[in-house]
Amino acid sequence: MASIGENGLASLFPAGSPRLPDFRNLGTWLRVLLAVNAMALVAVLVRARGWAGVPAEFAQLAAVVEPATLCGLLLLGAMRSRLVAMSTAMAAAVVVVIAALAGMVFAALLMPLNPIQSQPWWHAGFWAALAAGILLAWFDLAARAHAPAVTEARLMALTARIRPHFLFNSLNAVLGVMRADPRRAEQALEELAELFRVLMQDNRELVPLSAEIALARQYLDLERLRLGDRLQVRWEIATCPPDALVPPLMLQPLIENAVYHGIEPLAGAGEVTIVLSRRQERVLIDIANPVLEAGQGGHQAGNRMALANIRERLLLFFDLEASLATDLADGRYRVRIELPYRRGASS
Amino acid sequence: MTAPRLLIVDDEAPARARLRNLLDDIAGELPTSVVVEAADGIDALEKIDDVAIDVALVDIRMPRMDGIELARHLSSRDPAPAVIFVTAYDQYAVKAFELSAVDYLLKPVKAVRLADALRKLARSSPPAAAIKAAAETIQPGGRRQLRSLERGKVLLVPVADILYLKAELKYVTARTREREFLLEESLAQLEGEFAARFLRIHRNCLVARDAIAGFERDHETADEPESTEPRWALILRDIDDRLPVSRRQWPQVKAILNQ
Repeated sequence: MASIGENGLASLFPAGSPRLPDFRNLGTWLRVLLAVNAMALVAVLVRARGWAGVPAEFAQLAAVVEPATLCGLLLLGAMRSRLVAMSTAMAAAVVVVIAALAGMVFAALLMPLNPIQSQPWWHAGFWAALAAGILLAWFDLAARAHAPAVTEARLMALTARIRPHFLFNSLNAVLGVMRADPRRAEQALEELAELFRVLMQDNRELVPLSAEIALARQYLDLERLRLGDRLQVRWEIATCPPDALVPPLMLQPLIENAVYHGIEPLAGAGEVTIVLSRRQERVLIDIANPVLEAGQGGHQAGNRMALANIRERLLLFFDLEASLATDLADGRYRVRIELPYRRGASS
Repeated sequence: MTAPRLLIVDDEAPARARLRNLLDDIAGELPTSVVVEAADGIDALEKIDDVAIDVALVDIRMPRMDGIELARHLSSRDPAPAVIFVTAYDQYAVKAFELSAVDYLLKPVKAVRLADALRKLARSSPPAAAIKAAAETIQPGGRRQLRSLERGKVLLVPVADILYLKAELKYVTARTREREFLLEESLAQLEGEFAARFLRIHRNCLVARDAIAGFERDHETADEPESTEPRWALILRDIDDRLPVSRRQWPQVKAILNQ
């Protein structure tokens, strides 16, 4: 979970650096072995002067190629955690070097045993490195062909989160007012249903900001049921374009964070400010909450995860055109989002 | 048996209302009386100062003082009330409660579960030590604040501010940079809870390890003319007080100072 941000970025840029296969995956091994043997067969066929010699030559070449490939794969599998830590280019270079070394070592060891092969041992290193390079390029292409599907799946998973703390506390609060104020309880359950409908729908398309605002208001109404006057909200949305398209479920999680970290730990009342505005062709979103001087450390992890989620979705939808920044000043924690103003089709 | 006296602590009014409703519902079978309701840990400590409580229903996540810290204070009372924790979603805490056999209710609270928990308490309530153990698992390092009484008012002294604790007659005094506070706890109990933070230097004194600035010859040993060995006293940062180290404790204290 912790590395979700980095992985996400890597999958975002189709023109980015190549990705390495997983060297502890049996599927990788199978593909590598098949490909290496196919290449060896081609090499034998190219060199052979007649069909008769092919099986014997292939067997001799395989006697070197097979142990070299397996040994190289074993080594790479053992090194996987280190490879992952390297830059992709560096890791690819390491893979190629290891392939070349494995090829040369086994050629030097095994070639003297059969007199037909007459190439010097270091030739094997060149061919092994070439084969490794071709295979890396092929794995990279295959990974990219899968990337759009992976991205879409991730997008859905990212949006389907909700803080259980909020759900169970809200249900408890509804039950708490049920007898004294049945109408309020009814209204709260309607809002909860509405909120969950949005949470559970297919959130792959951008939505107008007005829909996000409506959802946020419903959410805040539910929180007010629990927190009463402790929760003060100030909206500044006069200059905000309601038709601007934004990622779905962006506003509500940010406001939920503000309430959870800023209002709930306060003994008295606290104010969440939500400022939505437009500056030329940019939409600005600014959400701030009070911060307790002590005791905010424990909740930072959850906050970071929610922010990483939103940051990742902004990247998926807007690439580098959107930004998310946070700062802490004058006792208030602030999240600022900037994104390009894209107009919705309707209205 | 008389009806148990209950304390309800939750920062959300509807959550307190819910518990009251449910207690009413099961009153036919299990009569109880809610004697105090409070909005957080500090509020609760102030309100129950001279009120006897048998059972406390305590929400975990609250402002100012959370339920775990409150439970530690409650368990230090004599007699200590039984504590039932209430939480919306805190898997870590729930695990700790189960390990320590401390009861808890999940929000939304159900009448059946509440009745079960109260019935279980009527048979045998978990010892205060079990609640302290669960609290220690969830928030290691003992209480964050100690309760001090002053002219009927409850004061809370942050443990981090205490330079030393000294037993004097019936009370223990806690010295901070600014002043002294009276505590109604025994030095032995405090030593057990805060072993990592305070060091015993004398039968009647615990000193905060990070408050020690150095040591010097103790000049106030004239009343012990028979003593020939030198006696030592600790110098503290921020204040001028000198704390004599007993001969018995000196070897351990010296070993720690020399580390």
